[in-house]
Amino acid sequence: MTGVSGDPNTPDLVCGSCDKPLEMRKVEASYLGQTFPVDLPCCPSCGFVYVSEELASGRMLKVEQALEDK
Amino acid sequence: MDGDQVKAWEALCIEEQPPACAAACPLRVDARGMAEKMAAGDFNGAMALYSRVVPFPAIIAHICEHPCEAVCRRAEAGGAVRIGALERALVEEAYPTIRRSAQRARKPKTIAIVGAGLAGLTAAFDLVMKGHAVTVFETEARPLERLRLDIDSSVLPPSAIDADLGALTSLGVDIRCRQRVTGGGSQALGDLIAGHDAVLLATGPGPAVQFSETLRLTAAGRIDLDPLTLATSLPTVFGSSLHSGGDETYSAILSVRDGRRAAVSLDRFLQGASLTASRADDTATGTCLYVNTARHAAVPPVEPADPVAGYCHAEAMSEAARCFPCHCLECVKACAYLTHYKTYPKRAVREIYNNDSIIMGNRKSNRMIDSCALCGLCQELCPNDLAMGDVCLDARQSMVDHGHMPASHHDFALRDMAFSRSDDVAFVRHQPGHDHSAVLFFPGCQLPASAPRQVEAVYRHLCDHLPGGVGFMLDCCGAPAHWSGRKALHQDALDHIRAIWEDHGRPRLITACSTCLKQIGEFMPDLPVASLWTELAAIGLPDHVAARSVAGPLAIHDPCTSRHAHDVQAAVRSIATLLGADVRELTGAEKTTCCGYGGLVSFANPEVGNAFVDRRIEESDDDYLAYCAMCRDNFARRGKRALHLIDLIFPDADDPAARPDPGFSGRRDNRLRLRRRLLRDLWGESMSDPVPPVALVIADAVRADIERKLLLVDDIAEVIAEAQRTGRVFKDRTSGHLTTSGRVGTITTWVEYEPTDAGFVVHRAYGHRMQVEVKP
Repeated sequence: MTGVSGDPNTPDLVCGSCDKPLEMRKVEASYLGQTFPVDLPCCPSCGFVYVSEELASGRMLKVEQALEDK
Repeated sequence: MDGDQVKAWEALCIEEQPPACAAACPLRVDARGMAEKMAAGDFNGAMALYSRVVPFPAIIAHICEHPCEAVCRRAEAGGAVRIGALERALVEEAYPTIRRSAQRARKPKTIAIVGAGLAGLTAAFDLVMKGHAVTVFETEARPLERLRLDIDSSVLPPSAIDADLGALTSLGVDIRCRQRVTGGGSQALGDLIAGHDAVLLATGPGPAVQFSETLRLTAAGRIDLDPLTLATSLPTVFGSSLHSGGDETYSAILSVRDGRRAAVSLDRFLQGASLTASRADDTATGTCLYVNTARHAAVPPVEPADPVAGYCHAEAMSEAARCFPCHCLECVKACAYLTHYKTYPKRAVREIYNNDSIIMGNRKSNRMIDSCALCGLCQELCPNDLAMGDVCLDARQSMVDHGHMPASHHDFALRDMAFSRSDDVAFVRHQPGHDHSAVLFFPGCQLPASAPRQVEAVYRHLCDHLPGGVGFMLDCCGAPAHWSGRKALHQDALDHIRAIWEDHGRPRLITACSTCLKQIGEFMPDLPVASLWTELAAIGLPDHVAARSVAGPLAIHDPCTSRHAHDVQAAVRSIATLLGADVRELTGAEKTTCCGYGGLVSFANPEVGNAFVDRRIEESDDDYLAYCAMCRDNFARRGKRALHLIDLIFPDADDPAARPDPGFSGRRDNRLRLRRRLLRDLWGESMSDPVPPVALVIADAVRADIERKLLLVDDIAEVIAEAQRTGRVFKDRTSGHLTTSGRVGTITTWVEYEPTDAGFVVHRAYGHRMQVEVKP
């Protein structure tokens, strides 16, 4: 997926369970049966992926809408 | 969607019909378009429109009879636009900007035209523009001699004739004067026919008899012409219709039309095409374009300061600005939806059908289709009763049937509907102490969600005044399913209501909601159903309710679903008046507008939904009186003081018009509470109050943001509770805030929060539908 990528404005987050700072990892985004690789910050230990509001209401929303209109 | 039905819908919209001026013009000059450009100062653009259609702009501007002015609709508001004078001002200023170049035909055909009058030269112009080689033979010493002799030079300056003739010859037309074509001899018609691919006789009716050996004549001695195609008895020879002798009155513009009609036939003949197929009727003059001239104030025509010279530039601009211009657009002007999409029904219907027909690719009009409020106002205003709501609803049903309906558009509304129908909310009981119901009160889902106390009060009143037992049914009428195109879900909701109705002895239904009333009346016409308001008007108001002074007048807003419910409209007004309200009309009930909830537009397109309600709010400064809960709540949400009729009867506060919008979370909460309270207080059933999973603290601004994003406070509480249980959170080392997420239905809900002694402070929440996870 080209429309969604990592967010440079990630706040200073650590994983509450693992107490580790987040790292950009390639994760899998999926919607309506389509899957895309995307770089997002997540906990390197437990894999909890962080999605910022800017991403959710911006590029991610645009891709969702584009897929819904396919 | 059914193609024939779509065509029928398209045909109802007359916006693309020509304005009266163009319809009356034998050449179909777009005077409306020209006036629009001239009013904007774009004379060159106007001249381009004019000269695209008119072969001799300078001549025609001066001598056209201008049938357009006789039919101009501005005549009903100050006087017809002086189109002729505008054309002359246009020629005066912009004639040099005309740019014309003839097509280049690969194999130019040779055409002889006999007669250099307006008809012959128009044909010459049209045919040379098509790339043919045209030679004109004229008996007189100069072309257009009749114009020079018959028309005073103060009306038609010779310079105008010279300019247009110069332009014609520069295109390559060969005009040979003093060349009389006769039936025989040195310049015989037969030789022209033999030497050219086609011949046009544009000589007028006089000399026809001399061609009797070559062409078939009529009994009156005219050349026998097909009235539509102007073909003669010889396939390569055509005539101008002046030969037919049908109209001996000279008309410059009709001569031009005759020449054009002949040129079309010659060109078709030379291309081997049918002379008759798909041929527009160039004699038709009427139009069915509807124009509401009463909308425009009377403005008299501009008088030129110098009547001899005509309009100067500024005068021409002012006169051109008197053109309305003629459009119908009655629905568009009144509709926030059509205005938003800058479209009109004919174009929108085609776009919707195309969207429905796409096999591969993006369906770009999905949101447009889901943005119609289905309110019916367009049908009310349309001269032909076209209802965009019918079109959009049909398209929505097709989208659902084919799996193309975007999930996000109606998901929230359908979840809300499912909640209203769930066992958490829905219930039905006979009146306490009764085992039979003569009447079943069906308050709907939104009034109990907005004004639960008043619903309880009115139910008690009904129980006190109606005999035979008044049952209570808290449920949904299925309108959201219908509006979203979900036929099966809609039918399921209807079937459920019917089953309950049967099971409870077929009682008479009383609905508090106009939408419920319309739904049941339309889809289950055999069920006896009445409005709460007509019922209250009949049985009277509670004894303790007395007429009291309502502060200030109330502007009444009828819900779109009551547009034709005249008995309901009258009952509401009589109740409000009985209670001392000074009721003022807005647009009147039949032309009422949507509050933004209709057709679920506020879910699919919040911008359009807000535009609907904001437009309505701007109509009056008075407090609004509504009798649909969603109308009232939408007004309140957008900052308009508004009360529901039930607030007048059972005021729950000193200033009911200031009652805030409960919001989606508040509505759910109100339904749950109403159910518990009624079952406990009226039916004596044991109901325990639910324990919220966590205590939340939410500032008003955050709550409004959550509402806007269609997230529910209960869901946010569940997500936080789950995070507190599992420890699955992110911690912001700077602020100390925690952030977590949880999947609620098809939404991943994120919450940024902070544990405090007062509870969990919610700082923000947001959601997305896409799922993200680390690849295994």
